[in-house]
Amino acid sequence: MKISVNKVVHEVDVDPATPILWVVREQLGLNGTKFGCGIGQCGACTVQLDGNAVRSCLTPIQQAVDKEITTIEGIAPSESELHLIQQAWIDEQVPQCGYCQSGQLMSAHALLTTNPNPSDEDIDLAMSGNICRCGMYSRVRKGIKRAAVAMNNSATTKIMNDEEMD
Amino acid sequence: MKKWTRRAFITTGVITGGALVLGVAIRPGNRARKVKDMIAGEGETVLNIWLKLAADNSITVIVPHAEMGQGTHTTLPMMLADEMDADWKTVKMLEAPGDKQYANYALARGFIMGEKDFPSILLGTIDGVFLTATKQMNLQITGGSASVRFTGMYAMRVAGAAARAVLLKAAAEKWEVAEEELEVKDSYISHKESDRTAPFADFVAQAAELSQPAKPRLKNADEFKIMGTSPPRFDIPAKVDGTASFGIDASLPNMKYAAIKASPVFGARLVPLPDDAIAEMPGVQKIVNLDNAVAVIADGYWLAKNALNKLDIAFEKTDNDTIGSEDIYGQYLQDMDKALAEGNEEKDIKKGNAGDALETAKEVIEAEYRVPYLAHATMEPMNCTAVVNNDGCQLWVGSQNPLGFAASVAEALELDTENVVVHNQYLGGGFGRRAMPDVAVQAALIAREVDYPVKLIWSREEDTRQDHYREANISRFKAALGENGKITAWNNQFLFKHDPEEAPHIPYDIGNQFIHYANSETHVPWGWWRSVDSSMHGFFTESFMDEMAYKANKDPYEFRRAHLTNAPRYLKVLEMAAEKANWGAALPENWGRGIAIHKSFDTIVAQVAEIEIIDGNLKVHRVVCAADPGYAFHEDGFRAQMESGIIYGLTAALYGEITIENGAVKQSNFHDYKMVRMNEAPVIESYIIKSDNWPGGAGEPSTPGIAPAVANAVFNASGIRIRELPIKNHNLSARSMKLG
Repeated sequence: MKISVNKVVHEVDVDPATPILWVVREQLGLNGTKFGCGIGQCGACTVQLDGNAVRSCLTPIQQAVDKEITTIEGIAPSESELHLIQQAWIDEQVPQCGYCQSGQLMSAHALLTTNPNPSDEDIDLAMSGNICRCGMYSRVRKGIKRAAVAMNNSATTKIMNDEEMD
Repeated sequence: MKKWTRRAFITTGVITGGALVLGVAIRPGNRARKVKDMIAGEGETVLNIWLKLAADNSITVIVPHAEMGQGTHTTLPMMLADEMDADWKTVKMLEAPGDKQYANYALARGFIMGEKDFPSILLGTIDGVFLTATKQMNLQITGGSASVRFTGMYAMRVAGAAARAVLLKAAAEKWEVAEEELEVKDSYISHKESDRTAPFADFVAQAAELSQPAKPRLKNADEFKIMGTSPPRFDIPAKVDGTASFGIDASLPNMKYAAIKASPVFGARLVPLPDDAIAEMPGVQKIVNLDNAVAVIADGYWLAKNALNKLDIAFEKTDNDTIGSEDIYGQYLQDMDKALAEGNEEKDIKKGNAGDALETAKEVIEAEYRVPYLAHATMEPMNCTAVVNNDGCQLWVGSQNPLGFAASVAEALELDTENVVVHNQYLGGGFGRRAMPDVAVQAALIAREVDYPVKLIWSREEDTRQDHYREANISRFKAALGENGKITAWNNQFLFKHDPEEAPHIPYDIGNQFIHYANSETHVPWGWWRSVDSSMHGFFTESFMDEMAYKANKDPYEFRRAHLTNAPRYLKVLEMAAEKANWGAALPENWGRGIAIHKSFDTIVAQVAEIEIIDGNLKVHRVVCAADPGYAFHEDGFRAQMESGIIYGLTAALYGEITIENGAVKQSNFHDYKMVRMNEAPVIESYIIKSDNWPGGAGEPSTPGIAPAVANAVFNASGIRIRELPIKNHNLSARSMKLG
């Protein structure tokens, strides 16, 4: 079976019903995506399928064929840079144990991609599927808001640069 | 017993293979020599067992505690680096190997001896005794909110100051100047008069020949440069890009995966399954029967889990097969009455004569409180990767107690502890759960049956049902009020006592106190759960205190104040929380405000919760938290711990309930063991009071106070008194008569 993960195509030989979680972790060695509950309740396993946040512990790999899987290892623009959301997470010192944070970041990334200026209610809606046992919810919220500002500024800069090019 | 002499524990340096190990003061025996091979790289100098210095003048601090998000991998190096006057920008961290040389002697000493100031001459002897003791106890524990309080204060700061002292002495000798004329800043030593400046690294060879002082001068708070600030935590970058390696991320060549199911009724034995039970299951390798569990090994975890689900698993019957939570509460009450009647209970506090005072009181106010069992529910389910071969056993696991894990595994495999190596990984939550070695023992027993490494992962269901639980408990109070509206007598009976010692004690000025407890044996395994006994007693004592306030027709804050006139430290914390929360200001209809104060692990925390009851549903809007930890060495880290402990305690207060049914745990996963989520999380404001008292803990002390603050707020809003947790089981739409 051919799957594309973080824009790299892989050939994997697994039961098509295998959840994406175990394929990326065990077959591809992408350990950033975490196992938490196995029933889609905690969000630790969140990845994106064509940009939408999905629970990889419940989503069979066959559903990813002809689609793009993005994991925490795939959101930074390059190996030497962080995504602005990741930088915001460092600036706000969001993680404690950190185990849920790949999932938090993937949910936050999907939110900000579709909604550049989320309200508190938008954040509640998008993020309430991600449990943080260390209780860092207020920092996740701050992280999202800081990232939103940074991403909007960066988008504005890009538009200005593009206009100058014109 | 061997006598320690001063010469025996002040040792000199050793030079081996270009790297250099400096003498270890502060402890007997040359431990630096023993640990050098474990921690030093090419060209690095081990200054003492807690730090090494590289040729580029960078410093690596060795931390004997696990990182589970509490920030100890950053805060402890800050303490050492500050005393050393090191350049923080060049400081790195290395977690100590799970080796007996790193047993938490400082921690044990802190627990046993408190903060006594030892004369210098005794230090080596005392630390030697405690090192021996901790080694024998196999302690390398991260828990008890103790890293900063004990390892930080007894080991890190002393090691940093001692290293600074010998480096200075070496510089003075080399430059032939008086030590007093030297200055140290950012890992450089300078002599103004001769205009010389050189890095620490230049003096390491000379320093190696000198003995480190056993009791170097430590800085006063006003001299701190790094302590008390909030540098970014070392562990965070790896936690935002997915590279942080938790126990579950261990990966070894030829590794296979195991799923396991243990007896739902604790203590029941497995009816062993035949080897061919997994025949014709592709990718499934082996079935392993353990005493009370069966495991399946497969090429992938999903395969192993599915195979396990298909097996027909049975356990032997036990006497506990019909026991339920109500039976346990019934047994508790019987045992409490019996212990009281027979006078064979444990006495905790006996002050004045509470019995007489209650007998002669006009009215005795009584209340009975209950809390259920609680599971830890760390985000990362229990797991361990093990390989067993002729050399012994190696384990990859996130552990709060690596030495204890090694000892337990050694016992199970009948190996010497020296032949069991624990490679500690990041912990995806600890909260006390990862001090228990059960999963490591299972992994080792499974891996012993095969010639490849095995990664054992518990399902969430297994994690919920095979925990070591915060016990269910009952607390009964009797108290009386005097003419002046103050409490004259306080009688409190409950079950069990673990730690912290002060959990059921109250700071209030009450002349007659009798605090006592019974014991009652159950088959449900017990474990340390964030804030341990305080997780219950904070709720018990502070809720009952609230009842007494209403009985006295007093404002609950003013009522507490009136009972804290002899406890100025508590009073200050309480007043700060009330002031910041705008205590007394009017609230909208159906809103309520509740206050609570509790000390645990030497940190006093007061909380004010603001809640609203909307159509019978409870919404916690805001929590104001004031804390006196003596000193907060990493301020932002301390605030983060306050926030974390509050959310953890709030989950327990609102939803936390493990029920025993037919001898087993009923709940299984996050749908029936609910957690507070983003949309339910209150705004939390934390305020820190630096009182210069001996530092208290950070990881646990904010957990006990949130349940009573919220429950008292519910009463304030509705007149409904919560005497049993969790709050979800109460009908809050039935508004009771509101007092006051």
